[in-house]
Amino acid sequence: MRQFSYSRPDTLDTACHTPDHTRFLAGGTNLIDLMKSDVERPEHVVDLNALSMSQIEECPDGGLRLGALATNADTAAHPLVSERYPLLASAILAGASPQIRNRATNGGNLNQRTRCHYFYDPDMACNKRSPGTGCSAKGGRNRIMAILGTSDACIATFPSDMCVALAALNATVNLTGPEGERSVPLRDYHRLPEDTPWQDNILRTGEIVTSIDLPSISFGPHHTYLKIRDRLSFAFAIVSVAAGLQMENNTIQKACIAMGGVGTKPWCVPEAEALFEGKTPSPSLFRDAAECLLQGAVTDRDNAAKLKLAPRMIIRALSQAAAGTPQSQTQKTIF
Amino acid sequence: MTDVSVASPCHLRINGKSCSADLPPSVTLLDLLRERLDLTGTKKGCDHGQCGACTVLVDGKRVKSCLILAVSIPNAEVTTIEGLAPDGHLHPMQQAFIDRDAFQCGYCTPGQIMSAVALLEEGHVRTREEIREFMSGNLCRCGAYNGIIEAIEQVVAQQQQDRAGEAA
Repeated sequence: MRQFSYSRPDTLDTACHTPDHTRFLAGGTNLIDLMKSDVERPEHVVDLNALSMSQIEECPDGGLRLGALATNADTAAHPLVSERYPLLASAILAGASPQIRNRATNGGNLNQRTRCHYFYDPDMACNKRSPGTGCSAKGGRNRIMAILGTSDACIATFPSDMCVALAALNATVNLTGPEGERSVPLRDYHRLPEDTPWQDNILRTGEIVTSIDLPSISFGPHHTYLKIRDRLSFAFAIVSVAAGLQMENNTIQKACIAMGGVGTKPWCVPEAEALFEGKTPSPSLFRDAAECLLQGAVTDRDNAAKLKLAPRMIIRALSQAAAGTPQSQTQKTIF
Repeated sequence: MTDVSVASPCHLRINGKSCSADLPPSVTLLDLLRERLDLTGTKKGCDHGQCGACTVLVDGKRVKSCLILAVSIPNAEVTTIEGLAPDGHLHPMQQAFIDRDAFQCGYCTPGQIMSAVALLEEGHVRTREEIREFMSGNLCRCGAYNGIIEAIEQVVAQQQQDRAGEAA
């Protein structure tokens, strides 16, 4: 690993006012790995762990505020999360391994980088890592790459499970930077690659994720996080679906759906969610939603299978949510 | 605010003993243990957080020591495999790994045992499927997984028996 200067400020204001070529350290489970791979080469590492941002607390509007430094494990296990937002707890437990979740933080989860093989290999062309060098994934070995939201410059997926659930839940990201505080919908936090794929998100220089707000919303048992991957555990999604349905009797009042593994960011299509309002669950409704969610998909050399797998998973996830039988992240059989 | 470009003071408690050193901030907890403190029970496998051979407990929680900068956990309590049997008496999990033949080459074993000890504390041991899922952060290239699961189940059963004995 290259050498760097290290500091551990005890105020957010000090942390925000950092020199160029700084990376913020939270859990480090992605950053330190990237530094060992020589993908990230910060001159300064500013450790955020002396800041008090690990609380999980109720909001006045009935929602929940997740501190950016709360670990993924503590968040999934927190009674207010597991009881009110089981969809989020399920998505967190579908990701990484227990040791990683004990260290990885909520803010860090938002800011993790893609696991594209070519991004991770400094010898390969990659516009996300080295702007202007090209995209080795296009036309390369791209079985795991995205089919939605891609550009000529980049087809890498955003790898998080947690953020897929946060997108479905319409969470809000709270930020503090040198110019003050602002809040951004999670669905707008990550960027499409377009012609600037090195910018994963809308963070400005010195800005820090301080917390994530979940709105007051309940699906009862009508939710699921369904994930298909190369191994049964500890692998990134080939396709994942987070679905929550607000049901009254057998009528859907509101549908919340997001996908992972297929997009260059957590993938949501409001038009697909709008199809459900006032409808009763049915296979044809689920098929229409799948078609709408995957509109505009573009496959490359090796990843056409995602276009076959994704609609089946959307339909299966919506069936699980409608039946009130969420996918278990321990017992892996998919019903 | 401490700002250090060369060496940074690092204070930890490792297996109950106080440890202080000036370290370059790039030194991982794993390299501190192995290269500077001669605690070589903790293994370096992939060095990228994927294999679990470097699993130790930090403040009681299992973590991958290869992905932690030593300077970033000031005053933490670190437990390594050496700390499980300080007086020469094996921890029940260590004995269970021997009883159940839960290793072949042994390289992943310290990480497996540290992970399994934390797993018991977490309580994710209600079914065999749950144990498998919550041990997924530890790879065994010899494929001793069945023995590893049996070893954990043996300790769970022992603990249940002990609790039943205490209650009676």
